[in-house]
Amino acid sequence: MQAILKGLMAAAVALAASNASAATIEDVKKNGILTCGTNSATAGFSLPDNEGKWTGFVVDYCRAVAAAVLGDAQKVRFIPLTPKDRFTALQSGEIDILAHNATWTSSRDTSLGILFAGTYFYDGQGFMVRKAENIGSAKDLDGASICVTQGTTTELNLADYFRSHSISYSTVGFADEEAVVKAYEEGRCDVLSADSSTLNASRQRMANSDDSIVLPELISKEPLGPAVRQGDDHWFNVAKWTLLVMVSAEELGVTSQNVDEMKSSENPNIRRLLGVEGSIGKDLGLADTWSVDVIKQVGNYGEVFDRNIGKDSPLKMERGLNALWNQGGLQYAPPVR
Amino acid sequence: MSEVLLAPRSLWSLSLHDAKVRGVLYQVLLAGSLLALVVSIAIQTASNMRARGIPLSFGFWNETAGFDINQTLIPYDTLSTYGQAFWVGVVNTLYVSLLGIVLATLLGFVVGIARLSPNWIVAKVAASYVEVIRNVPLLLQLLFWYNAVLKPLPTPRASIELPGGIYLNNRGLIIPEIQLHEGAGSVGLAFLAGTMLCFAYRFHARRVQDRTGKQLPVLRVSLAALIGLPLIVFFLVGSPVSFVTPELRGFNFRGGHQLYPEFAALLIGLSAYTASFIAEIVRSGIQAVPKGQTEAAHALGLAPGKTLRLVTVPQALRIIIPPLTSQYLNLTKNSSLAVFIGYPDLVQIFAGTVLNQTGAAVQVMAITLSVYLAISLVTSMVMNAFNRRFAIVER
Repeated sequence: MQAILKGLMAAAVALAASNASAATIEDVKKNGILTCGTNSATAGFSLPDNEGKWTGFVVDYCRAVAAAVLGDAQKVRFIPLTPKDRFTALQSGEIDILAHNATWTSSRDTSLGILFAGTYFYDGQGFMVRKAENIGSAKDLDGASICVTQGTTTELNLADYFRSHSISYSTVGFADEEAVVKAYEEGRCDVLSADSSTLNASRQRMANSDDSIVLPELISKEPLGPAVRQGDDHWFNVAKWTLLVMVSAEELGVTSQNVDEMKSSENPNIRRLLGVEGSIGKDLGLADTWSVDVIKQVGNYGEVFDRNIGKDSPLKMERGLNALWNQGGLQYAPPVR
Repeated sequence: MSEVLLAPRSLWSLSLHDAKVRGVLYQVLLAGSLLALVVSIAIQTASNMRARGIPLSFGFWNETAGFDINQTLIPYDTLSTYGQAFWVGVVNTLYVSLLGIVLATLLGFVVGIARLSPNWIVAKVAASYVEVIRNVPLLLQLLFWYNAVLKPLPTPRASIELPGGIYLNNRGLIIPEIQLHEGAGSVGLAFLAGTMLCFAYRFHARRVQDRTGKQLPVLRVSLAALIGLPLIVFFLVGSPVSFVTPELRGFNFRGGHQLYPEFAALLIGLSAYTASFIAEIVRSGIQAVPKGQTEAAHALGLAPGKTLRLVTVPQALRIIIPPLTSQYLNLTKNSSLAVFIGYPDLVQIFAGTVLNQTGAAVQVMAITLSVYLAISLVTSMVMNAFNRRFAIVER
């Protein structure tokens, strides 16, 4: 009896003491590892390779944050999450940062206790159909069964789009992205709807990838970005500026190959970016070499894009909206100074 | 000696040497610390949530949900609220659970009795059913029914056409829609009259049997009243029913009712799995009735069917009902595995999409848990009341 009582009291005390600290960066430094929540399996974005090493576009963003904070891009633990579980995992502190293909929306910024720290991929929602259906436009999808991932903006956009165009449809929803693709492949649905990047990535992995096409229309704006918990401005800044530094590096022509030579550049913008001048590293609570670590170990934005989803990858996606601002795209970084 | 034991002593002497006082003290301490623990968890959770900017209110309940659900038994569209989405989930969970309980009970009783059949083949088939089904995890069975049986069915354009305008494809089973016309009400009234007739005739038959020992053909008369009477009225008012046959247009069939494969897989999986446990409960219940009871009934000249119905089963039910309740509870709770095969039950809609869209994890989970708790408690209550009717009345 007394043992039980003692145990209960101890549990109560322990619970009261386990108030998670708000300073994520201190936790990451103390643990020596960054815990990053990513997609469970989206080719090009987040996928373990044959040796179990995580690769992909959002994975590389996490590696960049680890390089910035810990000086080592390999010190990341990846937690694969379904879209349904991703925000809860961030809210509860299970992960330090969420690098998922999550869309930045006002309600997510204001009511989930999280903040999006930028946009690493400008995307839009599209439709994939079987070629044999001879469908040319999303407006021809009357009566179709559509497979979607639960708990995504996809579900909401679909409802909006079909309601505003008075087209009937029925959804089949699964929590797991792979189950959604499988249901489409097996013919349970006529249409697969997701962000067009995900559609292209899924198509790549299908057994009969040539039987399906992605319709030209995009029905929504889907800015995908990393997210952190609210109330930790320091960590928010680190997440935001890691991405912006990668974009700046591309704009200034600094790559993982030439970053060491660039340190002796005369260009003041490059000198500030690489921490030769100015104090951005110190101001962020990071080492002076943090941006060099990011660019050297992971690469600039363009390198990461090309390697994982762009011209050097099997997906061969166009830069499109994700080109730099001075090349007709939307990727724009405020000045480092 | 006895004088010492019976010596008067104060009931409320506050000595710690008194076992009674110690007992009360311990209970108060335990209850108090349990309460303190619960309160401290609640306060801690609330303050952590506030610190992290996670909403604590239930304000989302009346906000527009904005997503679609493909199978709803109550009105719902994208402009409905999260609260309405919640009720769709509750109704869908109850629907599949109730149907599952009925099917599992029927199948379970048949298999359980078949296991005791003197026919070697019947007994072995029943035994293998039980051994195979109850030893494979339910989730695997659900995935099997969904992925290996229902999804490989042909596409809508290559649908299997069944007689009566029924179509089977990988989008489900599509049956003609029944439309009622003028006069359909009188058929309903005829059915109601037939039901009352049944009860009256049964009452009459009892009386006749009690008085004369003669047995009246209750079953045949009941069937005639229940089916025959409405059927006659149906034709008299000129078949006030028409069928809208489903028609393939574009991607899918239009018109008609659709039974979705997700629902079918869940219902089949749950019923088959639970039936295997119920079969064992039924078998053990029947075997627990002493053999002398059967022999006595036979000696009285009761036919084997009547022996089973009037002597064995009523006694076996006393043993069967309590564990049966647990199986019903299990079936209801297992229906939450719907998430894996895409059936929109409470967990999929509410603890899935709604939780994700609103971010109100604690509130949504608390409500979901309470719903399952409430369903389970009500099921137990009903089954306990049923059990009291069958239990041996102790005098």
